[in-house]
Amino acid sequence: MSKYEYIPEPALVKGNHDFASITKLVTDVNLRPTPKNWYLAMLPANALLGLLLVSIGYLIWEGTGIWGLNNPVGWGWAIINFVWWVGIGHAGTLISAILFLFRQDWRTAINRFAEAMTIFAVMCAGVFPAIHVGRIWVIYWVFPVPNQMAMWPNFNSPLLWDVFAVSTYFTVSLLFWYVGLVPDLATLRDKATDKIRKVAYGLFALGWTGSSRAWWNYEKAYMILAGLATPLVLSVHTIVSFDFAVSMIPGWHTTIFPPYFVAGAIFSGFAMVLTLMIVARKIYGMKDIMTDDHMEKMNIIIMVTGSMVGFAYMMEFFIAWYSGVEYEKAIFMLRATGPYAWAYWIMMFCNVISPQVFWFKKLRRSVGFTFFISIVVNIGMWFERFVITVTSLSTDYLPSSWDYYSPTAWDVLTYVGTFGLFFTMFLLFLRFLPMIAIAEVKLVMPQGDPHNYDDETQEYHLHVEEVPQPKAVKA
Amino acid sequence: MSTTESKNLYGILAEFKNPKALVDASAKVVEAGYDKFDTYTPFPVHGIDKAMNLPKSKLGYIVFGHALLGFSGAIAMMYFMSVIDYQINISGKPFFNAPAWVPITFELTVLLSAFGAVFGMFFLNGLPKLSNPLFEVERFKKATDDGFFVCIEAKDSKFQADLVRQLFEEAGATHIEEVYEQ
Repeated sequence: MSKYEYIPEPALVKGNHDFASITKLVTDVNLRPTPKNWYLAMLPANALLGLLLVSIGYLIWEGTGIWGLNNPVGWGWAIINFVWWVGIGHAGTLISAILFLFRQDWRTAINRFAEAMTIFAVMCAGVFPAIHVGRIWVIYWVFPVPNQMAMWPNFNSPLLWDVFAVSTYFTVSLLFWYVGLVPDLATLRDKATDKIRKVAYGLFALGWTGSSRAWWNYEKAYMILAGLATPLVLSVHTIVSFDFAVSMIPGWHTTIFPPYFVAGAIFSGFAMVLTLMIVARKIYGMKDIMTDDHMEKMNIIIMVTGSMVGFAYMMEFFIAWYSGVEYEKAIFMLRATGPYAWAYWIMMFCNVISPQVFWFKKLRRSVGFTFFISIVVNIGMWFERFVITVTSLSTDYLPSSWDYYSPTAWDVLTYVGTFGLFFTMFLLFLRFLPMIAIAEVKLVMPQGDPHNYDDETQEYHLHVEEVPQPKAVKA
Repeated sequence: MSTTESKNLYGILAEFKNPKALVDASAKVVEAGYDKFDTYTPFPVHGIDKAMNLPKSKLGYIVFGHALLGFSGAIAMMYFMSVIDYQINISGKPFFNAPAWVPITFELTVLLSAFGAVFGMFFLNGLPKLSNPLFEVERFKKATDDGFFVCIEAKDSKFQADLVRQLFEEAGATHIEEVYEQ
C-alpha cells in the first residue's frame, strides 16, 4: 500500500434512502398540518415586519430627516443595508448557477434553499433604495417611463445602472427559482390529498408530467439560465460597487472595488445560507440530505472568499500608499486609527481573522462552531459596508466639513424590520414549498444513474471506479 | 371494461422498475419504429435522449433571438432617450456615451434572454397544459415520485394495442395499462 490513497467523494445523500423516501421526507413538511412551532416562529417575524412597515410609514410621513444623515455623510444605513442584503443574496445564485456549471453535484441539497434566500434578501435590499429617495411617490422617475417633465433618466449614472442590475437580478433569480420548482410542484400536486393543495400546486406546476421530451428542453433551459445568471451575479455586485467606485470620494475611487465586492458578497451569502441551513435541517430533520459534508464544503468557500476579502483590504492599503495621493493615504490611516477605528477593527477581526479557523478540519465539521462563525461573518460584512460608506464620507477632503455620523433609532428599527420581512418570507417558503430540490437530489443519487445498473439483469449495482495503484519507482 | 370501451384510447402506458430498464425499453420502442411515444420520469435520466433518439433542443435559437432583441432594444432605447428625444448635458459628456451604456445593455440582454429561456422552454413543452389523459391514471402519480413510465400513443401510425403490449412485456414492464381520452 502506498501512502497515497484514493478517497472517493462522500455520498451526497446519507442514510438508506430510495426515491420514494426522499420524496416523502421533503414533501411531508408541506403536506402535514402546520406545526404549532411554525406559528410561534411566525409571531416575532410578523412583529418585526410590522415594525418595518411602521418605520417606512413614518419615513414617508416625516421625510429622510428622521435618519441620522448629516452634511458630509449623506449616505448612511440605507445604502449599507442595501449592499449588505444584496451581497447575501449572491450566494444563492452562486450555488444554483456557478456550482451547476462546475458540475458540483453537492449543490443540489442546498440550491432551492439558497435561491429562496437570494430572492428574499434582494427584496429586503430593494426596500432601501426605494424608500431613501425622499419623495417616494415619484420613485417611477428612476425607470425610463414618460413623466410630466418629459425627461428621461440619466444613463451615465451608476445609480441608474443599479436600478437595472438589481431589478434584472431579482427577475432572473425568481424565474430560475420557479423553473427549478416546477417539477417539484408537480410532485406536491401528485402527493397532495386535499382539494386546495391539489389545485394550488397543480396550477403552479403548469401540468408538468415529467416527460423526457420536456426534461430535454428543461435541462437546456436550466443550463442556459445558469450560463446567464453567472455573469449576471458578477455584474450585479460590480455595478453596486460602481455606486462607490465611479464617484470621486477618497477610499471609493478604486478599481479593486468590483472583484472585492463580489468576493465579499459570496462570503457573506454563504455564511447566511449556513446560518439558516443549520437551524432548518435540525428542525425539519433534513440531515440526511443537508449533511456535514455540505457544511464542510461551504466552510471551505467561506475560508477562500474570506481570504480574498482580507487580501483586498491589504491591497487597498498598499495601493493607497503606492498611489502617493495624500487624501487616499489619509483616509486609510483614518480608517484604522480615526474616529471609526472601532468599526474597522471589528470588520478586520470578523472578516479576516475569523474565517481562518476553517483551516482545521475539526472546526469545519463542527456544527455549533460553524453556526457561530456564520453569524460573526455577517456582522463583519455589515461593518465592512459601514466602514466603506461612513469613513470615506465623514472625513473626506476638507477637514473643516468633517463630522461624526451616528444612526438614529429609526435607522436601527428599519434595519431590524427588514429581518421581519426576510423571516416572514422564509417561513412561508419552508411551509408551502419544497425546501430541497427533490428532482435534482434524485438525479445525483447513485440509483438515479443508469450506469449503476447491471447491463444484463438491470439490477442496481454500484459502479466502482478502478483506481490503479501507483507503480513503485526504481531508485 | 364496458364503461371504458366507449371512450377513445389515448395510448398504452407501461411502468418499468428503474431508470436503466426504462432506457433499455425506450431504445426498443424506437427500434420497433414508434415515434409518437414519450417516457415519464421523476428526474431527467442520463442517456435517455440517445435511447429515445431525441433531436437537439431548439431552445438555444429562441434564447439567441431574445438576446439580440434585448441588446438592440437597450441601445435603441438609450439612443432615442438621450440623443434624439431629450438631450441632457451632463458634465459635458457626449450624448451618445457608449461606455456608460454597457451595464444597462448587458442587463437588458440578460433579462430578455432569461425570459426567452424560461417562456421558450414552456412553449416548446406545450405548457401550461393542465388537463392530460395521463393524469386520470392513478398509478401515473408515481411519475413525479419514483415511477418510470413509457407511453405509446394511439395516434402513432404503427399503433396496434396487442403488439404494443407484447413489446412492453418483452421489455420487462412491471405494469401495463390502457389510457383513455376524457
